[in-house]
Amino acid sequence: MSVASAKLNPVSPAMPTAEQHGIKEHSDGRFGYVPVQTRSARFKSVNVADFAAVTGREAVWKFSPVARFTDLTAGELDGSVYDYSVTDAPGVTVDWVDRGDPRIGTAGLPEERASANAWTSFERALAITVTGEDEKVLTLTRENLGSAPRAAHTIIEARPFSHATVILQNSGDARITENVEIILGDSANLTVITVQEWNADAVQLASHFATIGRDARLKHIVVSLGGSIVRVNPAVHLAGSGSDTELLGLYFADAGQHLEQQVYVDHIAPHTRSRVTYKGALQGKAARTVWIGDVLIGPGASGTDSYEQNRNLVLSEGTRADSVPNLEIETGDILGAGHASATGRFDDEQLFYLQSRGITEDEARRLVVRGFLSEIVQKLGSKPLEDRLHAAIEAELAVSEGN
Amino acid sequence: MSVLEIKDLHVSVETDQGTTQILRGVNLTINEGEIHAIMGPNGSGKSTLAYTIAGHPKYHVESGTIQLDGEDVLAMTVDARARAGLFLAMQYPVEIPGVSVTNFLRTAKTAIDGTAPPIRTWIKDVRESMSRLRMDKSFAERNVNEGFSGGEKKRNEILQLELLRPKFAVLDETDSGLDVDALKIVSEGVNRAKENTGLGILLITHYTRILRYIKPDFVHVFVNGRIAEQGGPELADRLEDEGYDRYLVDTNVN
Ligand SMILES: Nc1ncnc2c1ncn2[C@@H]1O[C@H](COP(=O)(O)OP(=O)(O)OP(=O)(O)O)[C@@H](O)[C@H]1O
Ligand SMILES: [Mg+2]
Repeated sequence: MSVASAKLNPVSPAMPTAEQHGIKEHSDGRFGYVPVQTRSARFKSVNVADFAAVTGREAVWKFSPVARFTDLTAGELDGSVYDYSVTDAPGVTVDWVDRGDPRIGTAGLPEERASANAWTSFERALAITVTGEDEKVLTLTRENLGSAPRAAHTIIEARPFSHATVILQNSGDARITENVEIILGDSANLTVITVQEWNADAVQLASHFATIGRDARLKHIVVSLGGSIVRVNPAVHLAGSGSDTELLGLYFADAGQHLEQQVYVDHIAPHTRSRVTYKGALQGKAARTVWIGDVLIGPGASGTDSYEQNRNLVLSEGTRADSVPNLEIETGDILGAGHASATGRFDDEQLFYLQSRGITEDEARRLVVRGFLSEIVQKLGSKPLEDRLHAAIEAELAVSEGN
Repeated sequence: MSVLEIKDLHVSVETDQGTTQILRGVNLTINEGEIHAIMGPNGSGKSTLAYTIAGHPKYHVESGTIQLDGEDVLAMTVDARARAGLFLAMQYPVEIPGVSVTNFLRTAKTAIDGTAPPIRTWIKDVRESMSRLRMDKSFAERNVNEGFSGGEKKRNEILQLELLRPKFAVLDETDSGLDVDALKIVSEGVNRAKENTGLGILLITHYTRILRYIKPDFVHVFVNGRIAEQGGPELADRLEDEGYDRYLVDTNVN
């Protein structure tokens, strides 16, 4: 560890990574991969005082601009309840609950200081409880969080056999560190979509913890477009036999934005399945994205099937995309495990083909980017949200062109 | 009456070994409604000519001109050339992930015409063209060329040719990789486009078999970056029998 961390000085954003300049593919991570530390062995605590001050050299922070949010990792936080609005969905309730709510702490525990600080500071948790087998969609919107540092805790519980899509829509100002616990009972089918369209100065550090019951299925989607620093780290524990998760992400970083996601899939039970697909675009000076994908296939997780991939499309000079897949396998009996990571520029041949059909260069670029990201957008399963995100991506591209 | 005129065209490409001269003085005039076949050995520069007409950025025009009805094609961007009425059916059509054929065709048609096509007739036109090219309806919703077989990609090129209605089309080995049935279907598509719009065609091929379905007015032998000989359809038959040895010997001697 000491050798590794000695080398991990905060890296200048101008320094290119290998991924920026070429495509690399891995089809099987069992060979040539040595994880620094078993992911499941990481220190966990709900108490912020148990974590040392953040230096930026820690594995979880080494890609993040930690100096720009010391208020969230080390400062005092406003943990009071906040304004939100929510759409009606039959069988779904939304309430503030006490810290003593038995669900709290069942989906996961903080592994870093910002998460622990939020946990220590929140006064009440916002609980979204899903019941009923009919499919329904609920949108919870937060747009008045303000710019004072605050903490939040959210619970999303899908009771056994329930079925719903929960959209967490975030906009406006924010300086927030928060935890979201997602709990799926047996055979529940839940989609959680978190959309970050914050104002340009906003900072959000979010940890999502999910635990999935027997034969239950979680689709989790992170869409990060707006905000200065947006870090959303989903950790999913496939605890029940036959449980299944699909983790999707879409991000578009423009000048000066830092968009980060550290994904962790923990295969605990046998016959579990996971698919991770994150796609991002970067455009503008110092646009920065980070994707870390840890997949752990534990000793009891026989017959599992996992695949993770991250693809980044670099639209201009001066951007940086880090992409780090990690796969740890602790059982010999798996169905499949693979990962892929690729970061590349526009394919000139694609642009030429489109232009040779009369399409202008700008429009050709838009088509290619939209096409690249649409793989994720098409999987949202909510037509209004798909349309809105297509429009939001268009707007990102329009801004980029204006530069 | 439209005319595409290529005069003394010299083209080079940058390679690891430096600048390589590929086209060495191409002269060719194609009038509206004419079919010109270009035949020549591998590496003689046929695709380079096709790409240069379309404006591929890899190919540098050292000297010479290309004019469409007196307009300087070389001064136009790639997309402007297409809007001016040029079309290239590519030897290796490119896959565009996430962009459906429907969306692509509509975007291209809108770009070329300057206005969006009326929705009702457009959908009908697309459907009819696809069915004549024996392309299953499901292709409309698939991503452009993604997972298409070689033959399907070629049909998709001809679909665009029919729908975009250019003045001149360069068909770069549209026949390669097609079985006899597909060859007929694709040839019919090209002939239809010509009948409907008076299209002028530059047809690049290695084989005479497509010339049974698409009858050339002129045949050009392309060797070592220029046209070595031209004649009528009978020249194609002679090439099939004799090959290119005669021309290659000539160039070697020089
Ligand atoms: N982009 C490029 N980079 C480097 N060399 C090139 C490039 N394009 C063409 N060339 C070279 O130029 C020459 C002519 O190539 P071109 O593809 O035009 O030939 P062709 O007549 O179309 O051949 P074929 O019948 O095999 O399709 C070849 O030697 C080829 O290697
Ligand atoms: Mg060729």
